[in-house]
Amino acid sequence: MSTGDHHPVVAVEADVLGNEPVGAYRRLTLAVPGVAATARPGQFAALTVGGETSGLLLRRSFSIHRVAAGSDPAGDRLEIVVADAGPGTHWLTQRTPGDRVGVLAPLGNGFSLPAAPGECVLIGGGYGSAPLPWLAEHLRAMGSRVHMILGAATRDRLFGAAEAGAVADSVHVVTVDGSAGAVGLVTDPLRQLLRDNNIGAVYACGPMGMLRAVGELAIEAGAVAQVAVEEAMACGVGVCMTCVLPIRGHDGATRMTRTCLDGPVFDARALRWEAAADGRVAVPDDAVGAPSAPVGRSGR
Amino acid sequence: MSGAAYELDGVDLSVDLAGMSLPNPIMTASGCAANGPELHRFFDVAEIGAFVTKSVKATPQSGRGTPRMAETPSGMLNSIGLQGPGIDAFVSHDLPWLASVGARVLVSIAGVEAAEFAHVAQVLATCPDRSAIVGLEVNISCPNVANRGLVFACDPASSAEVLSGVRAVVPADLPLFAKLSPDVTDLVPIARAALDAGADGLTMINTILGMAIDLDRMRPHLFGVTGGLSGPAIRPVAVRAIWQVTAAMRAGTIPTAPIIGVGGVRCGADALELIAAGASGVQVGTATFHDPRAPRTVLTELAALLAERGISRLGDLVGAAHG
Repeated sequence: MSTGDHHPVVAVEADVLGNEPVGAYRRLTLAVPGVAATARPGQFAALTVGGETSGLLLRRSFSIHRVAAGSDPAGDRLEIVVADAGPGTHWLTQRTPGDRVGVLAPLGNGFSLPAAPGECVLIGGGYGSAPLPWLAEHLRAMGSRVHMILGAATRDRLFGAAEAGAVADSVHVVTVDGSAGAVGLVTDPLRQLLRDNNIGAVYACGPMGMLRAVGELAIEAGAVAQVAVEEAMACGVGVCMTCVLPIRGHDGATRMTRTCLDGPVFDARALRWEAAADGRVAVPDDAVGAPSAPVGRSGR
Repeated sequence: MSGAAYELDGVDLSVDLAGMSLPNPIMTASGCAANGPELHRFFDVAEIGAFVTKSVKATPQSGRGTPRMAETPSGMLNSIGLQGPGIDAFVSHDLPWLASVGARVLVSIAGVEAAEFAHVAQVLATCPDRSAIVGLEVNISCPNVANRGLVFACDPASSAEVLSGVRAVVPADLPLFAKLSPDVTDLVPIARAALDAGADGLTMINTILGMAIDLDRMRPHLFGVTGGLSGPAIRPVAVRAIWQVTAAMRAGTIPTAPIIGVGGVRCGADALELIAAGASGVQVGTATFHDPRAPRTVLTELAALLAERGISRLGDLVGAAHG
């Protein structure tokens, strides 16, 4: 393990406190004692699905929307945004107050805040924007100027547009079909913001293709880009080895790296984007221990 | 390492597996627990009988591309490709950490040829933290490059070649457990070959080969095409395998040796089922993905279950279902 160890993680059967519709999504509020003091924007929670006798064993991971401190740690609450995308997430969208869900949180590494206040752009694709309002509050609290870009295919797949105005200095909404905001992609307003302003940092959450495009534009403009990836995870805690991506380390070597422990937030320059296509990620030939290397083809 | 008699709820849970003396029978399962620090955030890894590490090979392994897993009914398919740091990094980084927290380590070793297993075993047998190692689990469910890529554990001769090669380079007091695959026509001759070649015990079972198809893409779901099926879905297969090999031992067909049961254990009752079939150690694998506290929880539940039944010594129930 490199960076993910020794963070305190709360493991709890959490009471469901609320479940509200937000566009095409549900916002779940969960009682997670002790989570407020340690959780940071960009970290995630891993939830069990289906109840005690469930045949769905694997946890579902969600970016933390925000945490709220109770009057004492026992009253801490955690919010996530759930899209009904299969039997497991469907079960979660059906929870009502009084139900219980297994929660591990906070997990992974969140966004790094800049050393000094500056101007930044926060970009969310679909419900990937879940952690952005909370991140915006942190950035504004330290004196940074925050632009927010929210994009989705359609109006109901947007998340956070309603509260964006209260937490950002400028808000740019785009949809592919034009049902809300401008017609286009998040890269359209990003290009303009990078050209017209002195943007030091870009923070993005969303699908791989979007993260790559955002990262490339930001790097080209000389900004630091931190991207939160959404890889499929079975455990969320670093033991299943399924959520890996090829990441270039500080030593220049590429390793298949667990996004649950060393991510989900990465510097866009560290990702080997070219290895990803069509929801699949290949091992780059020059990765440490790659199968194409002369020694050590791997077994099952 | 000696495990003194260990009592939980008044039950003596200590086990002796071919000289591997453990305070209790519960272990992690290889490839389901990484190498320690990750789970130590959730329970003290020294509290369970043994910590079984991810299979280590001679050199660093990147593993395969993704997707590496698919959820299946009461289980999952995985195709990781034995990602790992290689034996040199293991003995300089992973093993010292496990030793520092007092874990009893059952090191899982792998290779593409018998010589690679032997090399890895030899490094372990002579490493500075040797005293933390309670045994080696020889993962022979790897493709054998010298035999058309056929998994070692699918062939008695290949299984024997690996075990005898490892036995030759490690001291007699370091117990060897051969991890067997249930994907064979008859498990008993393979168990016999492994025991005759120097294995002190058997670990059963490894995952079952399976496959899932992504119907949107109309292509195999896993990057590695096929994967290993694990989880509660395969527990009956583990019970059957342990039962068959235990029955052969009781009949005198093959040498008597301890069995570590693994496959779909999620709670104390599941562990007890494997014990009743003939296992004297039990590993908790895929359940750890559902709940990282699972190995520790299974231990607590097993002790409570034995206490409830008035059993004072776990050993009394090993193979109990055979009558």
